[in-house]
Amino acid sequence: MYTETEIIKDTTNLGPDGELVVNMGPQHPATHGVLHLVVTLNGETIKKIEPHLGYIHRSIEKMCESLTYRQFIYVTSRMDYLSSHINNTACALLIEKGMQIEVPERAKVVRTILNELTRIASHELWIGAMAMDLGAFTPFFYAFREREMITDIMEDTCGARLTMNYIVPGGLMYDIHPDFQTKVKAFVKQFKEKVTEYEDLVTGNVIFQSRTKGVGVLTTEDAISYGCTGPVARASGVSCDIRKIAPYDAYDRVEFDEVIETAGDSFSRYMVRVKEMNQSIRIIEQLIDNIPEGDFVGKTKNVLKLAKGEFYQRVETARGELGVYIVSEGATTPYRIKFRSPGFSNLSVLDHIAKGSKIGDLMATMGTLDLVIPDIDR
Amino acid sequence: MLSLESITKTTQDWLFTKFNPQIALTLECVFVILLAITLFALLGLVLVLLERKVAARIQIRLGPNRVGPGGIFQTAADTLKLIMKEGLTPDTADKFLFNLAPFVVMMVAMLLLAPIAFAKNFQIWDINIGVLYISSVSSLSVIGILMAGWASNNKYSLLGAMRSGAQIVSYELSAGFAVLTIVVLTGSLQISEIVAAQQNGWWLFKGHIPVVIAFVLYIIAVTAETNRAPFDLAEAESELTAGFHTEYSGMKFALFFLAEYINIFIVCAIGATLFLGGWMPLHIGSWEAFNHIMDYIPSSIWFMGKTFFLIFVIMWFRWTFPRLRVDQLLNLEWKYLLPISLFNLLLVTVIAIMGWYF
Repeated sequence: MYTETEIIKDTTNLGPDGELVVNMGPQHPATHGVLHLVVTLNGETIKKIEPHLGYIHRSIEKMCESLTYRQFIYVTSRMDYLSSHINNTACALLIEKGMQIEVPERAKVVRTILNELTRIASHELWIGAMAMDLGAFTPFFYAFREREMITDIMEDTCGARLTMNYIVPGGLMYDIHPDFQTKVKAFVKQFKEKVTEYEDLVTGNVIFQSRTKGVGVLTTEDAISYGCTGPVARASGVSCDIRKIAPYDAYDRVEFDEVIETAGDSFSRYMVRVKEMNQSIRIIEQLIDNIPEGDFVGKTKNVLKLAKGEFYQRVETARGELGVYIVSEGATTPYRIKFRSPGFSNLSVLDHIAKGSKIGDLMATMGTLDLVIPDIDR
Repeated sequence: MLSLESITKTTQDWLFTKFNPQIALTLECVFVILLAITLFALLGLVLVLLERKVAARIQIRLGPNRVGPGGIFQTAADTLKLIMKEGLTPDTADKFLFNLAPFVVMMVAMLLLAPIAFAKNFQIWDINIGVLYISSVSSLSVIGILMAGWASNNKYSLLGAMRSGAQIVSYELSAGFAVLTIVVLTGSLQISEIVAAQQNGWWLFKGHIPVVIAFVLYIIAVTAETNRAPFDLAEAESELTAGFHTEYSGMKFALFFLAEYINIFIVCAIGATLFLGGWMPLHIGSWEAFNHIMDYIPSSIWFMGKTFFLIFVIMWFRWTFPRLRVDQLLNLEWKYLLPISLFNLLLVTVIAIMGWYF
C-alpha cells in the first residue's frame, strides 16, 4: 500500500532515466472506464505503456461457478456490457450444444437479428467515443441518435436497454413484441439515410484522416501472434469472423461479406467497423421479413445438467472472438468456467503499436482498439 | 441622433465644466474602468451562453433551457456556483505563481481592450501604434499559461503549458503577417486610421485575393492563438485531462475560462476592424439608396455584428473538427502558413506600391 507521502512523490518524481511517468487513469477521460495506463514519456513521445488492470474485477468467472446453468447467463451481460446479447448467446449456445437442445427456428432468427442490432449499437457508441478521443464532440450526438432507436427496440423486446438477459438456453425468454418488425424496419430505413451524415463528418475530414492514417500500425503477423480478433485483426488483413468460420444461429443462411482491410492502421480499423455496420444492416434486412412462426423456446428440462466433460463455444462479439469454456462434473453448476474475452488480447498490443508515437496518437490507437474495460477485467 | 459618440462627448463636456481638469480626468478613468469591467462580465456571460447554444444547434440538441427564459440565466447561475466553490491550491504547487497566473492571463485580456474602436469615435485609447500594441500585448498571455502549467506541479499541466508555449509563439507569426498586410495597405498602425481607410469599401473586398488569403490565415492563426479547437492542444481533455488548468478550481478556473472568451472576442474584434471595416457600414459602389439605408444602422451594431459573426465562425470550427496532433500543428504553421503569409505579404506590398486596390 502507498502512504500519502509516497503517492505525492510518485506523481511528481521522474522515471529512472529522467523520463516523465504519467498515470493515465484509472480516472482519465480517454480510457473510457477504469483502465490504468502507466505511460513513460520522453517529451511528447511515448517510450513505454504499461496497462494496469484489476480496478473493475468482479470475479465473474468464480461467481458463475456457484450459479446454475440457467442463472449464470445473466452475469455475463455485465462483462462486455455493449454486446450483452452476444455474450448471452454464447453461453446459451454452449449449453444447447452440450445438452443437445433443439432450438426453434424462430428463436434462432430473432437471436441473429438482435445480435446484429447489438453490434450496430456497439459500433455507434464506439464511433462517438473515438471521435471524442480525437477532440470532435459532435459525431457522438449523431451516432447516439441512431443508437437510441436500437435501445428503444431492445426496451420493447426485453425491458432492458443495456444488459438484456433475454436469451435463455433453448431459445428466448419470451416472444418478441408485436411492433418488433415495424420498428426494426424503421430503424434500418433511418440508419441508411443518416449513416452518410456522420461519415461526412468523420471519414472525409482531413484532420481525422491525418490523425488516424499510418497511426498505430499493427502488422498481420503481430495481429495473429498477439491473438487479436474482431475488427482489430480484420483491419490488419486477418480473416477471423466467427460468423463465417463457424456459423451459429441463423448466420449460415444469410449473405454478408467479411470486411477486411490490409493497412492495419487506426484508419482501417475505423473503416472496418463502419463497413461492418452496413453488413449488419444487410443481415437484418434479409431476416426481418422472414421470421418463422412457431415456438420461441425449445423444450428443456427444468433442471439443466451438463454431462461430464469439457465444452467450448465461440461467437463474434462487436469486439472480436468471445470464447466460453466450461468444465463440467455433471452437476447443476459448472465446475470451472473461463471466458476468452476479445478486449484483453486487443489491449495487449497497445504497448507494441503505440510505442514511439505521440500522446495524441495513443488516443487514436486506443480509441480504435475499442476497449471495454469490464470485458478485459471481468 | 443618440449615439455612443454623443453620449461620451456630453459626459466629457459636463465633467470638464463641473470639475477642474485633473479631477475630471480621474473621474473619466473610473468610468472607463467600470465600463470595461461591466463589458467583461457581460461578454463572458453572453459568449458562454452563445457557445453552448451554437454547440447545441450543431449537435442536434437543445442546450441550456431551464434557468430563465430560453436558459439565458444559465451562465449567471454557473458563475454563482464557481464563485461559491473553494479555490484549491495544491500542496506541492508554487503557491505565489499558481495564484498569480489566472490574473496575468486576465490582465492581458483586459489590456487588449484599450485600442479597440467599438463604434464611431468610441474608443478608450486611440494610440498611434495600435496594431503593434495589440500584437505585442497578446503574446504576453503565453506567460500566464506557462506560469499556470509550471506552478501547478502536475505533469498534465506541464505538458499542456509546453504545448501552449510552442503553439502561441509559432502562430503569433502568421497572425502578425496577416495583420501587416493591412498595415501595408493603409500605411498606418493607428486603429482609427485603418477604419477610416475602409470608408469606401472593406479591405476584404477591395484588397483582391491576397487580402482574402490574409484574412483566412488570420482566422486560422488566432484560433490557434486563443487555444481553441481544433488547436486546443494546451487543454486537450481527452489527452491531458484539462492541460494547464487541471489543478484550478472555483473562481481561479473561472478567470481562465473568462479570459479565453474575452480573448476570442478581442481577436474577432481586431479581425473585424482590420478586414471587415470595423464600425463602417456596408457600402456598395454607387447604390445610393442602399448605402443610405445602411448608414441608418448605428455603427456600434455594425461593429458588434461583424465581431459576433467571426466569433460564430470560430465556434463553428470547434464543434466540427477533431483536434490536431502537436507535430501536425507545428508543421502546419512552419511549413505551410508561414511561407504562404510571407509570400502573401510580398504580393500585398506590390499591390500597395502600384496602387492596384480600389
